[in-house]
Amino acid sequence: MSNAPTPPAGVQKLTPELKAFIAEWKEKPGNLIMVLHRVQQFFGYIPREVAFEVADLLEIPLAKIYGVVTFYNFFKLKKPGRNRIQVCMGTACYLKGGEDIIAELEGILGVGLNTVTPDGEFSAEAVRCLGCCGLAPVMVINGEVFGKVKTEALQGILAKFRKG
Amino acid sequence: MGYKQYILVCGGTACESNQGIALFNALKSAVISNGLVNDVQVVRTGCLGFCEKGPIVKILPQDTFYVEVKPEDAETIVKEHIVKGRVVSRLLYDKKQSQINVGIEGIDFYQKQFRIVLRNCGVIDPDKIDEYIARDGYKALEKVLFTMKPQEVVDEVSKSGLRGRGGAGFPTGKKWSFAAAQPAGQKYMVCNADEGDPGAYMDRSTLEGDPHSVLEAMTIAGYAIGADKGFIYIRAEYPLAIQRLETAIAQSREYGLLGKDILGSGFSFEIEIRLGAGAFVCGEETALLASIEGKRGMPKPRPPFPAVKGLWGCPTVINNVETLANIPVILTKGGLWFSKIGTATSKGTKVFALTGKINNSGLIEVPMGTTLREIIFDIGGGIRNGKAFKAAQTGGPSGGMIPPQFLDTPIDYENLGKIGSIMGSGGLIVMDEDDCIPNIAKFYLDFTVDESCGKCAPCRIGGRKLLDYLKKICNGDGTNADIENMQEISEAMARASLCGLGQTASNPVKSSLRYFMDEYKEHIDEKKCRAGKCKNLLRYTIDAAKCVGCTACARVCPANAIAGERKQPHVIDKTKCIKCGQCFEVCKFHAVNRA
Ligand SMILES: Cc1cc2nc3c(=O)[nH]c(=O)nc-3n(C[C@H](O)[C@H](O)[C@H](O)COP(=O)(O)O)c2cc1C
Ligand code: SF4
Ligand code: SF4
Ligand code: FES
Ligand code: FES
Repeated sequence: MSNAPTPPAGVQKLTPELKAFIAEWKEKPGNLIMVLHRVQQFFGYIPREVAFEVADLLEIPLAKIYGVVTFYNFFKLKKPGRNRIQVCMGTACYLKGGEDIIAELEGILGVGLNTVTPDGEFSAEAVRCLGCCGLAPVMVINGEVFGKVKTEALQGILAKFRKG
Repeated sequence: MGYKQYILVCGGTACESNQGIALFNALKSAVISNGLVNDVQVVRTGCLGFCEKGPIVKILPQDTFYVEVKPEDAETIVKEHIVKGRVVSRLLYDKKQSQINVGIEGIDFYQKQFRIVLRNCGVIDPDKIDEYIARDGYKALEKVLFTMKPQEVVDEVSKSGLRGRGGAGFPTGKKWSFAAAQPAGQKYMVCNADEGDPGAYMDRSTLEGDPHSVLEAMTIAGYAIGADKGFIYIRAEYPLAIQRLETAIAQSREYGLLGKDILGSGFSFEIEIRLGAGAFVCGEETALLASIEGKRGMPKPRPPFPAVKGLWGCPTVINNVETLANIPVILTKGGLWFSKIGTATSKGTKVFALTGKINNSGLIEVPMGTTLREIIFDIGGGIRNGKAFKAAQTGGPSGGMIPPQFLDTPIDYENLGKIGSIMGSGGLIVMDEDDCIPNIAKFYLDFTVDESCGKCAPCRIGGRKLLDYLKKICNGDGTNADIENMQEISEAMARASLCGLGQTASNPVKSSLRYFMDEYKEHIDEKKCRAGKCKNLLRYTIDAAKCVGCTACARVCPANAIAGERKQPHVIDKTKCIKCGQCFEVCKFHAVNRA
């Protein structure tokens, strides 16, 4: 549910802080996943240029990085929308209509899951249990939790996040 | 210390995301503006369990229990309850009460519960080590380090009868003894906080509400098996739990309860956090170790077991969060005390995340041997909207569906196994008559297929095939041969898959075929979904005798499939109907039939 920061524009490069983090972890065994978490926390995804840099700094093949990134659902290779929507599809939310929320959301956004809207404003993904099943069905936008969501309320909720 | 009253505010995920943070701040401001900062402390605790009625506020020392509290209520609570000593009846669970000390005694949800694991959740501020210590925290560690030999610790845990709460139920003492028996050298203690079941949050709540209990237990385990290093493998999706763990680790280091030469005993132990990255299979212990090593989380065949050859080839014990949270209590109160709770084969308590079509969703802890009926109807308050109970699923995607005839079965590892489910890690999902069994089996298979690591064929291919059959059946294209094939594939997957994911993935299918064959048959033979969930199988018709011709349905139908004159019976054109069900919802005269 990390509050994805707005990724900086232009070509993505490791910042001095990120480089320092990598240096700190370099000698620790099993560091790759922790490094990738930090990179994604900053950029909101794992930019290709940055993956090259990480491979260089950790002195590991690029293929190893992509092997790990593609195995784990949490890591994203595509830049998410300015607003990140997560719809819970855990069991409790599924039973209480999570699927209908997704269908309605796709209709409103005009794009499917895991795709950024043409204006760059939104992207939506399905996630597993967010840990507040009592509020099912649950949706999270930029870290803000919405419980007992009704499909009719979606337009209004999204409007709050739209620019302008 | 020295406060006259304490206002405990639930800081669990459900309450926090329901204006809980605003409530906490409002209470703090109200305490300040009423000049009570020296008398009243506002404390943010972990989940109190009754998430359904959140946000929860509890006031000590009176024990008053307020439910569904809003930020606007903060001023009233302080002015009335704290200042004037008058209960705010409208915020009580039973609004007819008027004494100041209305606690949880009258709330059915809390009866029949017994708290060992959750002993401190909702009682202490998880960010303050002193509050943990004030409730006997780190007493067990001290006792262990100064009065017990490692072998005695293992023996005490064995005597308790504690079994792993991560799902498989392996005796914890035995696991520790394997690792302890390995020659001295580098060993590791790992806490599994990956909590993969997609509808459960027991471990998360424990870590958020009482992180020190897990740290203390890991250190004790390290001492018992001869490990000086521990890892907590936790899902990155749990930022609050991670943050509380980081705080707790820093505090216990500062207090000399973690790190070099703990309390001057000569024993050293370090704990590091490692983040998971959203792969269910990484909850499986060998995959988890691969992930900590920074690799793709692929399971390995066992033996060798991790207790012999685990992390970086060293002996490693992996225990679940809830298993560990029991440990300090076992060592302070004794294995014998613990072994008296529960059933013949399953000792202690079990925490469940009770969710689904139940009146009181929440986090509960009950002694082993409690029946499903007690959990669902007494604690859970029965099924929502007076609907009929259909099934309960324990063990998440690895478990089975339990039908009504087993409501009175005492829950323990063996009994759940006998009826085709598993204890699992504690997800307990309740389904009612509106839920379609083949559809739910499809949901679980969708999950396991998505999460299969693909290493072995039975899981990779078998899971995909099961899912295809289930989709076919839910679409109305199923045949009786499909059922036989599903049964065969289920057996093969259970026998031949490499890891627990594949071995248990067919449990939802097997159990539902066993108990709910009639529903599968209806889908196949009559093309009917009695729950009305499988859209392709639905047919909407209008009962001319009941229809008054109000035109409501025709106006709402997005496909213009309904025609009729005002005040005349309407008709649905089957070829145009897209089965959205809106006419069914809108008709006030129950004239639209769905079959
Ligand atoms: C697919 C799969 C997923 C699992 N997920 C978890 C999990 O999320 N949490 C957990 O503690 N154990 C999980 N386990 C069980 C672990 O492999 C292991 O048995 C457990 O962590 C051991 O701890 P315990 O003995 O204290 O239960 C999973 C097993 C399998 C096969
Ligand atoms: S059973 Fe499934 S998850 Fe386990 S190793 Fe085989 S393919 Fe991977
Ligand atoms: S809403 Fe009901 S009563 Fe009204 S026209 Fe439709 S079927 Fe008839
Ligand atoms: S299933 Fe959605 S919050 Fe738990
Ligand atoms: S989150 Fe507050 S009671 Fe569970």
